[in-house]
Amino acid sequence: MLAAGWVAPVIDAHALAPEIVLASALCLVIIADLFLSESRKWITSTLAGLGLLATFVPIITLAVDGNDRSMLSGGYVVDNFALVMKAVFIIGGYVVVLLSSTYLEEGDYYQGEYWTLLLSSILGMLMMSSSRDLISIFVALEFLSIPSYMLAAWRKRDLKSNEAGLKYFLLGAFASAVMLYGMSFLYGLAKTTNLAGIAAYVKEAGDTGLIAMSVVFIIVGFAFKVSAVPFHTWAPDTYEGAPTPVTAFLSVASKAAGFVGLIQIVLVGFPAAKNIWQPFFWVLAALTMTLGNLMALRQDNIVRMLAYSSVAQGGFILMPLAVASTSGTKAIEATVTYLAIYTATNLGAFAVVLAVARKTRSASISSFGGLVKYAPGLAVAMTIFLASLAGIPPAGGFIAKLTVFLAVISGGGAWGIALASIGVVNSVIAFGYYGNVMREMWMKPAPDGDESPIRIPQNLLVALGITTVATMLFGVLPQAVLRFGDLSSFFSAGG
Amino acid sequence: MEHLTDQSGLLSLGVFLPLVGVAVMIFIRPAEQALAKLVGLVTAVATLAVGIYTVAQFDYDKAASLQFYTNRGWIDVINSRFIMGLDGLGLPLYLLSMVVTVLVMIYSWNHIPEPGNAKSFFMLMLILQVGMAGTFVAQDLILFFVFFEIVLLPMYFMIGVWGGEQRQYASMKFFLYTLFGSAFMLLGFLALYFKTGAESFSMEFLAQNAPSIARGTQLWIFAGLALGFAVKVPMFPFHTWLPDAHTQAPTQGSVILAAILLKLGTFGFVRIGIPILPEAAKAYAPWIGLLAVIGIIYGALGCLAQTDMKRLIAFSSVAHMGYVMLGISTLTAMGINAAMFGMVAHGLITGMLFFVAGSVKDRYHTLEISRLSGLLKQVPHLGWIFGFCVMASLGLPGLAGFWGEFPAILSAYQPAPGLNVNLFRGYMVVAAVGTVLAASYLLWLFQRTAFGEPTAEFGGVASGHDARGHSVHGHDDGHDSHGQDDDHGVLAAHDDHRADIYDVTPLEWLAWSPLLVAIVVLGVVPGLMFKVLDPAVTNIVDSAMKVLGG
Repeated sequence: MLAAGWVAPVIDAHALAPEIVLASALCLVIIADLFLSESRKWITSTLAGLGLLATFVPIITLAVDGNDRSMLSGGYVVDNFALVMKAVFIIGGYVVVLLSSTYLEEGDYYQGEYWTLLLSSILGMLMMSSSRDLISIFVALEFLSIPSYMLAAWRKRDLKSNEAGLKYFLLGAFASAVMLYGMSFLYGLAKTTNLAGIAAYVKEAGDTGLIAMSVVFIIVGFAFKVSAVPFHTWAPDTYEGAPTPVTAFLSVASKAAGFVGLIQIVLVGFPAAKNIWQPFFWVLAALTMTLGNLMALRQDNIVRMLAYSSVAQGGFILMPLAVASTSGTKAIEATVTYLAIYTATNLGAFAVVLAVARKTRSASISSFGGLVKYAPGLAVAMTIFLASLAGIPPAGGFIAKLTVFLAVISGGGAWGIALASIGVVNSVIAFGYYGNVMREMWMKPAPDGDESPIRIPQNLLVALGITTVATMLFGVLPQAVLRFGDLSSFFSAGG
Repeated sequence: MEHLTDQSGLLSLGVFLPLVGVAVMIFIRPAEQALAKLVGLVTAVATLAVGIYTVAQFDYDKAASLQFYTNRGWIDVINSRFIMGLDGLGLPLYLLSMVVTVLVMIYSWNHIPEPGNAKSFFMLMLILQVGMAGTFVAQDLILFFVFFEIVLLPMYFMIGVWGGEQRQYASMKFFLYTLFGSAFMLLGFLALYFKTGAESFSMEFLAQNAPSIARGTQLWIFAGLALGFAVKVPMFPFHTWLPDAHTQAPTQGSVILAAILLKLGTFGFVRIGIPILPEAAKAYAPWIGLLAVIGIIYGALGCLAQTDMKRLIAFSSVAHMGYVMLGISTLTAMGINAAMFGMVAHGLITGMLFFVAGSVKDRYHTLEISRLSGLLKQVPHLGWIFGFCVMASLGLPGLAGFWGEFPAILSAYQPAPGLNVNLFRGYMVVAAVGTVLAASYLLWLFQRTAFGEPTAEFGGVASGHDARGHSVHGHDDGHDSHGQDDDHGVLAAHDDHRADIYDVTPLEWLAWSPLLVAIVVLGVVPGLMFKVLDPAVTNIVDSAMKVLGG
């Protein structure tokens, strides 16, 4: 094989254009940071934001073009799935930029480095969406993870932030090692790192012990990344300690990227081993949403509550995967829809948390008391986000849960219905803690009686605007957004 | 069944018009409460005008057909469409929801409960209106579900922010109960969708195709739907949220809850449960009937044990909804007609009772039955209105309540073919006993609160003289009560109470008289509504029987 000589692979510049544009923006930020005086560092944030917006242009042209593109013998693919996820990452990343800029300036943190790392991480996510090869998936995963370890520890004089970064790093590295171990088995067996090739091998070999072991190792590795129970223990501490905009980023984009990798590797790489991963996902999903919910009920810190809530939401995102072999495209569409809506909603919730914390300087849920009196706009926005997270129509989260339940019931027979029932009960339990925040905002007085209004910086306002509109649009006119989610080409492009 | 598509935008206009008002109100500054109230009221009146126009344009000769029918794409990926249509079944409740919203707003004009903020209060009522009206015209299950759930959050806030002492507990309980029920209802909807080939959520399509589902599956699906509806009704044993919610809710919330929200559940049974799953409906009918009569007796006994007027009325709702459910469980045209009539009648009457309770609370600052006495002497108009509603509620012939209760009981004499006749006759007897209990708890309530002399605490005989005369002409608008303090400094101990006691204000007359008139008119000419209901109900029962027979 090796003797055949090396042929330079064909590079499709249009397909890589989003990555190229973002990488250029990344370089630009580094260079600009070198030459900007301390007082003008804010320009780097503008550059980062513009870079992300510019990255959106080739995504649109690729979407308009509509052809699936495949490079490196199917190892790097641009199809609808990849494009939708890239769009989610770019928009999500842009909102994170909006959330971060004031926070960084006021907190007097390093700026240029922050934006560089943030853009690197997003670049890793873009690569993740297209990777259909063990090596490129692993590289993309490290590319997006390593910058976020550092971002989590950005408040470097704060002990909790250091703890956050360190915990995240140690467990993340451990998860990568476990995953890599599984991948090495798979490579040894299939003698290829290409997912399509692996799929062909697994189909032929059937469920052997070695395959089962490598599948489980890989899924466990990703389970750490997406903080599925019982591999979630790092998440609350990391989320609480990290700077809030970074927490928003981790709970949304990093998590989504983990799911993207998981979907690709499992559904493209070893769909034939469904007897191994389907039950595994079933248990993971049920555990994750139930325990995530139960622990979220006990939190009195809003960020920790949102951390556990995001663990629980992860359980819902895992649900369709438990029946993916029979519901096929529906499962992926449901996961992607959920990820997109969850991204908009959760970022919005964090935007409100950031805005409120500017005044109260506190992260306890009781600091939301009486919010509706002095910041009715924020209270209404937060109510919409919480309703969406809880899955109450007409907010977007309802459509997310609906598509997930549809996918699970469509493919799963009795097991699917059982899982859907668990999901349904959990979405009721979840209102316990989402409703609790609503209660604070609407029905309790301000804790210290201070009802002076909150001054919300422009960036946060824009972020709130984007996320609120997106959340409601997903709920009221889902078709306007969902039609981009036709992912029927996913399997064909991968295989 | 053919659909009439003339003026197909009318229903969307009627349903979504309140949102325009909400959008406008967002931009009104909090200081301008009067303007906010005005915009809210104008929107509600405009919505009602659209509703009245709709009812006027309705073709009563074809009341069984869906009219103003609209069918557009909505969420194509899950085959859910935006389908709306109004038939005789939905029409009375559709209109009632609009009327009640307007009346509640009129009542709220100067009765905004603590902690004030009329702007938000009116906005929530408008959002509620969207969900209520939408539920009665939606013809697609997902659309129905969305409307069904839209009412939750506004009501949650209405109870939780403007409610009584236990408001936070009550609002959370209300929310979790209904959410729990509707979550399983949603699962049922999804199962229906898949078991009929994952083609459509349209009620019409499902009614044609669902009977082919295996019987065992149908039973499971119906159980899910019934759970959602039963919590909302509420049927025994899912009723426990209701007394808390009603007692803690502000008057306006109680009225809307009693008049419309409870009907979403019973309406769901008739609109969705029976037409789509007739076989399962028949299988469950004896159990539904059983829970219904338990509800009747339990609600009545609960009433007898209450010491709080509002809580008593809330428990009487449980009993009344029992009659409605009994009518539905017979699966006969007569029973369902009675049930539909009963829903409207209960909406009018119990809505009025909660209005009266709210006004009593305004004046006496208590609803403890033992502390109230002599309403007829002290506030004669209010007392007589109260008496009138009590009579209507206990089912006095000639008033609307009778036509919901009596035919429902009677229909149990001859339930649909295939149901156990003796069992239902047994239910009939129990339900009839329930009416006696209803008469006793209602009359007892009236006797204790309205008869006799006003208590000393509220400036009655014990402290002498002219409490009544004073209060009647002293307070026409009822809100500058403290201006009168100087007049009777001698009675300082009872001053606060006495000063607040005044008879029905013009604004209350304005808000109440439409309901009072409707109670009489529907009582004397029940045919007005039966004429609208009957074709649609007969249509549902006939097609259900066709499925069961063939």
